[in-house]
Amino acid sequence: MTPTDPQPTTDRRAERTTKVVDLASSSVRELNQALHESSSTGGESSAVEWVITNPQGEHAIACGLTEPVHVRIEGHVGYYCAGMNQRAHVEVRGNAGVGLAENMMSGRVDVSGDASQSAGATGHGGLLVINGNAAARCGISMKGIDIVVGGNVGHMSAFMAQAGRLVICGDAGDALGDSLYEAHLYVRGTVKSLGADCVAKPMRAHHHTELADLLSRAAMAYSTAEFTRYGSARSLYNFHVDNAY
Amino acid sequence: MCGIVGIQLRDETLYPNLGALLTPMLCHAAHRGPDSAGVGLYGDARYTRPGFSSISVLLGEVEVSQVTTALARDRDLGAVEVTAAGPTTVIRAATEPWTLERGVAEILDGTGAIIIGRGRELAVLKGTGDPSALAATFDLTRATGYQGIAHTRMATESAVTSAHSHPFSVAADLCLVHNGSFANHATIRRQLQAEGHVFDSDNDSEVGARYLAHKLSEGSDLEKALRQLCDEFDGFYTLLVTTADSFAVVRDAIACKPAVIAQTDSWVAMASEYRSLAGLPGIDQARLFEPEPEEVYLWQR
Repeated sequence: MTPTDPQPTTDRRAERTTKVVDLASSSVRELNQALHESSSTGGESSAVEWVITNPQGEHAIACGLTEPVHVRIEGHVGYYCAGMNQRAHVEVRGNAGVGLAENMMSGRVDVSGDASQSAGATGHGGLLVINGNAAARCGISMKGIDIVVGGNVGHMSAFMAQAGRLVICGDAGDALGDSLYEAHLYVRGTVKSLGADCVAKPMRAHHHTELADLLSRAAMAYSTAEFTRYGSARSLYNFHVDNAY
Repeated sequence: MCGIVGIQLRDETLYPNLGALLTPMLCHAAHRGPDSAGVGLYGDARYTRPGFSSISVLLGEVEVSQVTTALARDRDLGAVEVTAAGPTTVIRAATEPWTLERGVAEILDGTGAIIIGRGRELAVLKGTGDPSALAATFDLTRATGYQGIAHTRMATESAVTSAHSHPFSVAADLCLVHNGSFANHATIRRQLQAEGHVFDSDNDSEVGARYLAHKLSEGSDLEKALRQLCDEFDGFYTLLVTTADSFAVVRDAIACKPAVIAQTDSWVAMASEYRSLAGLPGIDQARLFEPEPEEVYLWQR
């Protein structure tokens, strides 16, 4: 071998098998069935990278995955993309419609563009990264999911959020964190208005630590010092000890 | 649930393709409203012509020949042309819209037929049944023109009939499609009836259309009329409203119903879901965004 010969690649990605599914010629049902069957092959599946072309805003793409497969979608998706995700990494190179990654349990979902309403709704775990803006009700009723939004979020975001972290690198719309439980909210920009029982709170050391970790995992290059933390004032009816019988 | 779509063309070279662009937009919204469908077409040479006015009618039991014979006797109208499009019939004559409408209304009085559109540029075609089948009945792919809107209906608050289908056009060249439901439509209908307005149906969306027509007749421009609507109407709505030269979108305060807008130098389009926009030429380079609540988005030709 001379020095000019091409060297064998050590890029781990090159070891992956790529499977391409073109939704111009295949249905979403066929795709999801194939993804679920791939999941059932267990350990081998993580070596497979699925590339989905021509999503054309179709609904329910890559829903209900349970194994650590990697799915890259080249284009805009419709409603409920990556819904109920467990362990899989779903990447959308485009915008996402209503209910992105709703009820996610674990794994990771990345969107390069904007997400419509109710992104990450009711999610129990995993990481959702939206590089653009998210519309209204982002993280509504979140129950442990972590959400990082590179841009702004719309009104009623984190409504009744119970657990998990919502990081907003831009601005938040009206009624942020209305009737919030114990989720942590971090906002870098302005908040148009706070919802009932949601208040600004001081950033303590462990808040800086958890925020820095989320920003790093989401590849957002901001200092934690730029953010304000919001959380529950714990003053709604059920939190008053005097109201206990 | 309902589906709404629409497009205003900026690039004249696309005018011959209006139907080819609008038909897949409508068909991709069919799953949102399988009961009924309708379209409002601006500048379609099959139905409208410079110097002419057009009246769109649901004739019901009335024969087209009865209408043409009766109109031929009306010396104010001159030559009258009649074109059938599925359940809808479009009548045109070289006169003012109100002159033609008065003539048509006299003939149809008491027959149960209703006028569903009027204007110099606008034709309204609507009916009940599968939206894709209706689009075929309307021969929609062959439509031409500069602007078109469409609706697929899943009825929630009133009957499934052609008269209850969208679009609603109650003033010359004004056309409205609505996704949602108005909560206080009965109150506003009574107020408008007290002002002398007569309704064709008990559909809540017709109240929105008549309210806008009323405000426009009082001197509001379309943008102001839509702001007034936001102040007075309670409930859920994404509205797409067009006039001969405007294309406007507005959503209720909590943005309950979906909407996405796409804009290029050649056209601006709106749909309930992105999938209706996915086939438009240049969509990959389009500016895509969701309209904010209670903000009026308006494009002027």
